Amino acid sequence: MNTTGFTVHNTIWRSRRLRDALVAYAFILPWIIGFVLFVGGPIVASFGLSFFRWKMIAPPRFYGLTHYINMFTSDELFRISIWVTFKFVLISVPIGQILALGLALLLNQRVVMLGFWRSVFYLPAVVSGVAGSIIWVWMYHNELGIVNNGLQLIGLEGRNWLFDRPMVLGALVVKSLWNIGIPMVIYLAALQGLPQQLYEAADIDGAGEGAKFFAITLPMLSPAIFFNVVMGIITSVQTFAEPYVMTGGGPDNATLFLGLHLYQSAFHFLKMGYASAMAWIMFLIIFGLTAFQFRLASRWVYYEGDAR
Amino acid sequence: MAVGDKPAPPAERLNGQAYARPSRLRAILIGNRFHTGFVRLSVIYILLIVLAFLFLLPFYWMVNTALKPANQVFTLPPTWIPQPAMWSNFYTALTTTTYESAPPVYHYAINTIIITVNGVAATLFSSSLVAYAFARLEFPGKDVIFLGILSTLMIPFAVVMVPQFIIWRHLNWLDTLWPLMIPHWFGSAWNIFLLRQFFMTIPREYDEAAFLDGASRWHIFIRIVLPLSKPALAAVAVFAFVFFWNDFLGPLIILSTPENFTLTIFLANFSVAYRGTPWNLYMAAALIIILPCLILFFFSQNAFLKGITVTDIKG
Repeated sequence: MNTTGFTVHNTIWRSRRLRDALVAYAFILPWIIGFVLFVGGPIVASFGLSFFRWKMIAPPRFYGLTHYINMFTSDELFRISIWVTFKFVLISVPIGQILALGLALLLNQRVVMLGFWRSVFYLPAVVSGVAGSIIWVWMYHNELGIVNNGLQLIGLEGRNWLFDRPMVLGALVVKSLWNIGIPMVIYLAALQGLPQQLYEAADIDGAGEGAKFFAITLPMLSPAIFFNVVMGIITSVQTFAEPYVMTGGGPDNATLFLGLHLYQSAFHFLKMGYASAMAWIMFLIIFGLTAFQFRLASRWVYYEGDAR
Repeated sequence: MAVGDKPAPPAERLNGQAYARPSRLRAILIGNRFHTGFVRLSVIYILLIVLAFLFLLPFYWMVNTALKPANQVFTLPPTWIPQPAMWSNFYTALTTTTYESAPPVYHYAINTIIITVNGVAATLFSSSLVAYAFARLEFPGKDVIFLGILSTLMIPFAVVMVPQFIIWRHLNWLDTLWPLMIPHWFGSAWNIFLLRQFFMTIPREYDEAAFLDGASRWHIFIRIVLPLSKPALAAVAVFAFVFFWNDFLGPLIILSTPENFTLTIFLANFSVAYRGTPWNLYMAAALIIILPCLILFFFSQNAFLKGITVTDIKG
């Protein structure tokens, strides 16, 4: 009797749990289907395709590692595009983060009309990459652009920014700095959440502004900095609209980003296998840089309540 | 949410000594002096004004050019205020065709609107459904699957781009809007994460009570959790709107005939075909294209800011 009761109870309990789990799977079913069709499946296909030569006309031909070898031995454009992308990421991410943090610090000084200033600096983040790029093409216009005319007003000589080999990447970096609204707002929210008593304690110890910044603000902000740097890397490695619209990769491939080279290989030259191989290199770059950040993070990111 | 959260262990207790009063006085006298100092305030506001000027300059330059008559675009030095202001440029930009047999610009706007409305609805529906399961239900593999969702954020679009293109080609859906509409009904990683974080802040007692009254999970989701999550849903909706409105690479790959183009593709092609010619119309078109997002931002700033900061970064 006792055992039966227990079994019955157990089965009910089990079936209840099973039912709950089934309900839960029903809720996440859309994501599972979407993952299989549009993410997981394509990932496998893309990886497989990277070992094939396929130009969409003839059936795919097995190519082994040839794409990966060619990339580093015979495709000079690939090497250029990797270098361009690296330079852009290494310049634009740190400068962008410093600017975003600086703006957030400024806005955190109990300024009047905080909402207005915040909107001004956030606004470019809602402008599409294409529209923003076109506005900047017109800003950088050699004779008619506001950049060169503005420089002339203060007695400086302008340049044909988007057609000047040494300058063009810098011009794209400046454009990217215009879009730092999202990290700025994240920094601002983090700053506003800092516990005031830490600063009061520092005041008691007679700490100066600089000491307080480096001893309290920066360590307390480190999770936000870490998050923003990782997201910044992931998006800037994939930069596409800006070079596509502003320079077309030129002049002389000086802005041939990896994303642009990949797009052109796939959809202009229909080298589907080769483009897939390049996409995996792009993934490795993102993965490598992110993993590197995570390794470094244990040294400099401070989590409150973390005993490490 | 960390904002406004002020746990206050009394400063008086530092080192177990009660030296609060004199030190607070000292803090006011020395530590905070710079806070209200005239020099400091001037530096802050000068920096703010200069930076705001630089950030607004592109907008000014766009509006200024958009309102110029064609001949004034090419005068040197440039006119800083267009005279007369040509408001008709906006009408011209909307109705002109860029080349023979190409549809006028408002035609592209219709495509963009279809994609955006579908995208917002799809994202809200599917992401909240999935997020609810991760916030409230227990099932085997929950943590692994959630980690899987988050790790897809690291996968560049380029990796899945070619196979997806091949799928659409096999379905004969290239150059239609379907590939830009259907995949978004299956949840997006970032929004699932954001909504899950928000759902977890809703007290469980609400749905436990409803559950004991015999409500199904679906009912709890629709009747209790969703209505309580309006701020987070609004945030997801505005972000989705901006994303779909501005999306470029997706439509660029799929669409090939002008009738099916979106606004961003039209604008990008315009630049390739017409570099340097009707800059006033061009800027007018750019302004029209970014205007919905700007208006949306002004009317839903709080949703935007909440959306960015609701996700606990420390997580």
